[in-house]
Amino acid sequence: MNARKRRRIAFVVSLLLGGAAAAVLVVSALQDNVLYFYSPSDVYAKKVSAGTAFRIGGLVQKHSVKHDSGMTMKFVVTDGARSVPVEYKGDVPSLFREGQGVVAIGRLDGAGLFQADQVLAKHDEKYMPPEVVDALKRSGEWQKGQ
Amino acid sequence: MPSLFEFANPKKFMDLSGVLLPWLVAATALTMAAGLLLGFSTPPDYQQGDTVRIMFVHVPAAWVAMMAYGVMTVASIFGLVNRHPLADIAARAAAPIGAVFTALGLITGSLWGRPMWGAWWVWDGRLTSFLLLLLIYLAYIALNDAIENETRAARASAVFAIVGAVNLPIIEFSVQWWTTLHQGESILRKGGPTIAPVFLWPLFLMALGYTFLFFVFWTIRIRSEILNRRARTLLEMRAG
Repeated sequence: MNARKRRRIAFVVSLLLGGAAAAVLVVSALQDNVLYFYSPSDVYAKKVSAGTAFRIGGLVQKHSVKHDSGMTMKFVVTDGARSVPVEYKGDVPSLFREGQGVVAIGRLDGAGLFQADQVLAKHDEKYMPPEVVDALKRSGEWQKGQ
Repeated sequence: MPSLFEFANPKKFMDLSGVLLPWLVAATALTMAAGLLLGFSTPPDYQQGDTVRIMFVHVPAAWVAMMAYGVMTVASIFGLVNRHPLADIAARAAAPIGAVFTALGLITGSLWGRPMWGAWWVWDGRLTSFLLLLLIYLAYIALNDAIENETRAARASAVFAIVGAVNLPIIEFSVQWWTTLHQGESILRKGGPTIAPVFLWPLFLMALGYTFLFFVFWTIRIRSEILNRRARTLLEMRAG
């Protein structure tokens, strides 16, 4: 390998390292700002003040969905450790259901109730036909360890 | 042993790719037909119903969009280090194809997001970094076209492509580093894939089909650029 080629390889390596270093700096500077949502535990840990707009994400707690008169509904977002009650007026996506992932966009009111302007469904990375789910449930393997 | 660089000779590349291209087209047609057939015959998903079939056109588009960038980066490195015109041509030829696959991934993802998440678009880490991939492709194409001298255009855009490659791991790990609306990794994860085999088969076939399709387009674009440059040289010789 001649000297010129070695110099070019060093240049390419320095480009890769420079790009990676820039990315590490940017990504670490962004930190929490890139989080799409806070979990209920984050909300307590960060003491998010009332009126600040943010997104909260977690699971819709089982048996927590309640429909009031009209379009208003209430449900509880939980991450297992902490939970936050949510009030929302409008349509929910078809994947919205109890025990499933959800992201709500809005703000806390003075009483600690999250007033959502928008509710999005978050699904997990599992894909399987209903028969497989039935079989897993029969054998007791469904959602084991969760 | 013949080295890979023997095929870096444009004449040899034209001969070899001319023989390979029809087979590549046949492989694309076969795998895509089989993938679509299987994709429409799988049972629905337990949560998403029939909408899950969008996965078979969305996920391969996103994979190939990133693979195309990887191919472009490797060609750029060879262009910078070996100063071979064919590597420059190969890098430049991959960019528009990669951009189209990226756009396809964004569009199919949007069509999937609306019925499932309830939103066409959100600014989470995965979606934003993937949109950035499209912008990097477009900037690469613009940079390459802006410089008149072929060799200098190739040098400058190769530098840009190599630095831009840092976005690939960011896209890949975005769903691990940050909370995102986009779901996490289904295939390359501890404990094996979380996609049932009935869905994995059409997914892999479609991924193979998209990959072949990329190589078909790439080969055609490299071949036509070689012919283009030959024709230009001939014209210049006649004029001179």
